[in-house]
Amino acid sequence: MSKSEVTRRATLGAGVAAVGTLTAPAVFGQPTTTIRCGFWDHWVPAGNDALRRLCAQWGERNRANVNVDFITSVGNQNLLTIAAQAQSRSGHDILSFPTWEPAAHQRMLVNVDDVMGRLIRKYGPVTPAAEYLGKQGGNWVAIPAVSGTQMKPACVRFDLMQQHAGIDIRAMWPAENRAGPGADTWTWDTFARAAEACNRAGVPFGLPMGSFTDAVDWLGALFASYGANVMDERGNITVRNNANLRAAVDMAVRISRQLPNDVWAWDDASNNRALISGRSALIFNPPSAWVSARRDNPAVGAQCWTVPVPSGPQGRFVGYLPYFWGIWNFSRVQGPAKELLEFLSDREQADAQTSTSAGYDIPPFLSMNDFNVWSTEGPPVGTVYNYPLRAHHNARTSVAFAPAPANLAVQAYNQALNTKLIARIVQANESVDTAFGWLERELNTIRRGG
Amino acid sequence: MADSMTAAVTAAAQPRSSSLQRLARRRSSIAFLMTLPLICVILGLVVYPAGYAIYLSMLSRRMDEFVGLTQYDILIESDTFWLVVFQSCFFAVTAVIAKAAIGFWLAHMLHHIPTKGQRKWRGMLLVPWVIPPALSTLGWWWMYDPTYSSLNWILAIFAVPAVPWLGEPWWARVSVIIVNVWYGAPFFMIMYLAALKSVPEQLYEAAAIDGASSWQRLRYITLPMMQNIISITVLFSLIVTFANYDIVRVLTNGGPRDLTHLFATYAFQVGILSGNIPRGAAVSLFMLPLLAVFAFFILRGVNQRNKEMN
Repeated sequence: MSKSEVTRRATLGAGVAAVGTLTAPAVFGQPTTTIRCGFWDHWVPAGNDALRRLCAQWGERNRANVNVDFITSVGNQNLLTIAAQAQSRSGHDILSFPTWEPAAHQRMLVNVDDVMGRLIRKYGPVTPAAEYLGKQGGNWVAIPAVSGTQMKPACVRFDLMQQHAGIDIRAMWPAENRAGPGADTWTWDTFARAAEACNRAGVPFGLPMGSFTDAVDWLGALFASYGANVMDERGNITVRNNANLRAAVDMAVRISRQLPNDVWAWDDASNNRALISGRSALIFNPPSAWVSARRDNPAVGAQCWTVPVPSGPQGRFVGYLPYFWGIWNFSRVQGPAKELLEFLSDREQADAQTSTSAGYDIPPFLSMNDFNVWSTEGPPVGTVYNYPLRAHHNARTSVAFAPAPANLAVQAYNQALNTKLIARIVQANESVDTAFGWLERELNTIRRGG
Repeated sequence: MADSMTAAVTAAAQPRSSSLQRLARRRSSIAFLMTLPLICVILGLVVYPAGYAIYLSMLSRRMDEFVGLTQYDILIESDTFWLVVFQSCFFAVTAVIAKAAIGFWLAHMLHHIPTKGQRKWRGMLLVPWVIPPALSTLGWWWMYDPTYSSLNWILAIFAVPAVPWLGEPWWARVSVIIVNVWYGAPFFMIMYLAALKSVPEQLYEAAAIDGASSWQRLRYITLPMMQNIISITVLFSLIVTFANYDIVRVLTNGGPRDLTHLFATYAFQVGILSGNIPRGAAVSLFMLPLLAVFAFFILRGVNQRNKEMN
């Protein structure tokens, strides 16, 4: 036997060594997968901690590295990141997509029907506005996220409301699973009368009328409660001879005449400042305004109470601004990414995210609207009890310009066509018909471009 | 035989240069090589993005179909777009005229104070120009703030009613122009100051002997001598002001009723916020022909003056 010949013993040895090397990571519990996540950078300072902790926990259990980046929405950095990653087809595996982005990038997102199917079987239906935005062409293209999702009910100074408008808002909407006396009279008409009374008293409602989301959302909820759609599901313009739209516009004009004269320039922080400074009796906002008031002006914070949005002839609608978790189709870890997102959407993890954000984050499943945090937060204790949708609210979530196709609605939303319509009538003294003519032309332009 | 031997020796003594060496010795080749980095930068940062923007503007909203000039056609039919065109022109022209006038006045003031004090004033007057505009605009926003405007607080001391700086269309337009002028006037000042210093003193002395008034000195000496620098700074500033983004974005976000939108802010709103990148590209490319018209007339004036001087 020559020296160069391979012996049976040597072959066996080499085989054992090779197998040992290949399986070493598994043997020693080394991570074999890396998932890169770009989550929304939470406004509530502790908000990111929950996601960081939950991702680390999932990574340990599944022997995966979960790299978490938090991308701010200040300066629309998150939108720019999404656009850049979509163009370059590289970047994170999982990204947080704000309201309209899943629809815009649906062709580049992994179908998550399987995950949503399992979650819906476990937790029941998803809030309708999340379904409108996240389900495109009959398929879920992203998972409605817990972190970052907000609603915009009314945050009321109950002392001022009682004093100037004679409405005991806490009795009407107590921190219990029932509506109080007079809850059925909480309509836009009552609201407009209260706005007049508070304006006369020098504490006008702080409702923005500019082009930022708070303005578009509260007006969108008002329009929805009158059934005032400017475009139908197929993208047909429905402005002409629309009695519902005219009624909604009349109400919006009536209310806007009772607002401070500079609301046309307000941004998303102006209404918060109006409440916190004690100059306003009511704003539409998630609990972040109250949290800031509790810190910066405790006397005001202790007088705030969150209640549902007033109802209109077609029901009660509350502005909803969700985030979604989506997986890019260029990701190489689509399976583990789905598992991670399913884990983050489970009730226990959703509760952790909501509690860490002081109740700011709203889970997408209606069955999860009973987390303890909303009952215990204060002072006053129970102030945000009515922040999530409760059964006795008889309310639904709404997105301005729904039910128009998302690719068209997003353009109308970002151009704030609803607030501009009212501004043309109130500020520029245009007739309603002239303003409707302008709206129709703008919608036609949007529709033509697709 | 001897001749051929001699030729061979000569050839050996002077080795034939390769074509590469000959190319390297040419002046034009060296010039090309030295400008190559600049050419690469222009290709990478100007030509490619511009070409890509033109390509994008000819795609459908989903960017999966070539639609030619449809995006431009849609824009031309949009009321809002024509508001943007008007506001961009109004903003740029008004702001540049104001900046040039203030810069010219400041330069004159500085030119006539002693050198020692001049340096101090020059430094202070340049401060607005060196602060990052996004930061200084935030300061202005606090002054204009709809609810807590410090300017209104001062006006209230003199019993002047509060001004809706950002809420009323014309005030909003004026407000954004004020900020742009505040930021840009020092640039004009420093350019004009340099130009003033290069005007020969003998010309003024001769004019003084002839009994010229200060207005006549300005009209017949200073302005003609500075004409080219004025034209170039105006053109440069017009381009930058036209493409302004941060001031409007921070102060008004284009409102109220889209009346303060500029090309850049509108392009961002349409392209990034509304997810219509081709339309956003089309909006921003509309700046090109407008600026080309401005540039054509201004540069033609500069060329004519140069020819006259030669």
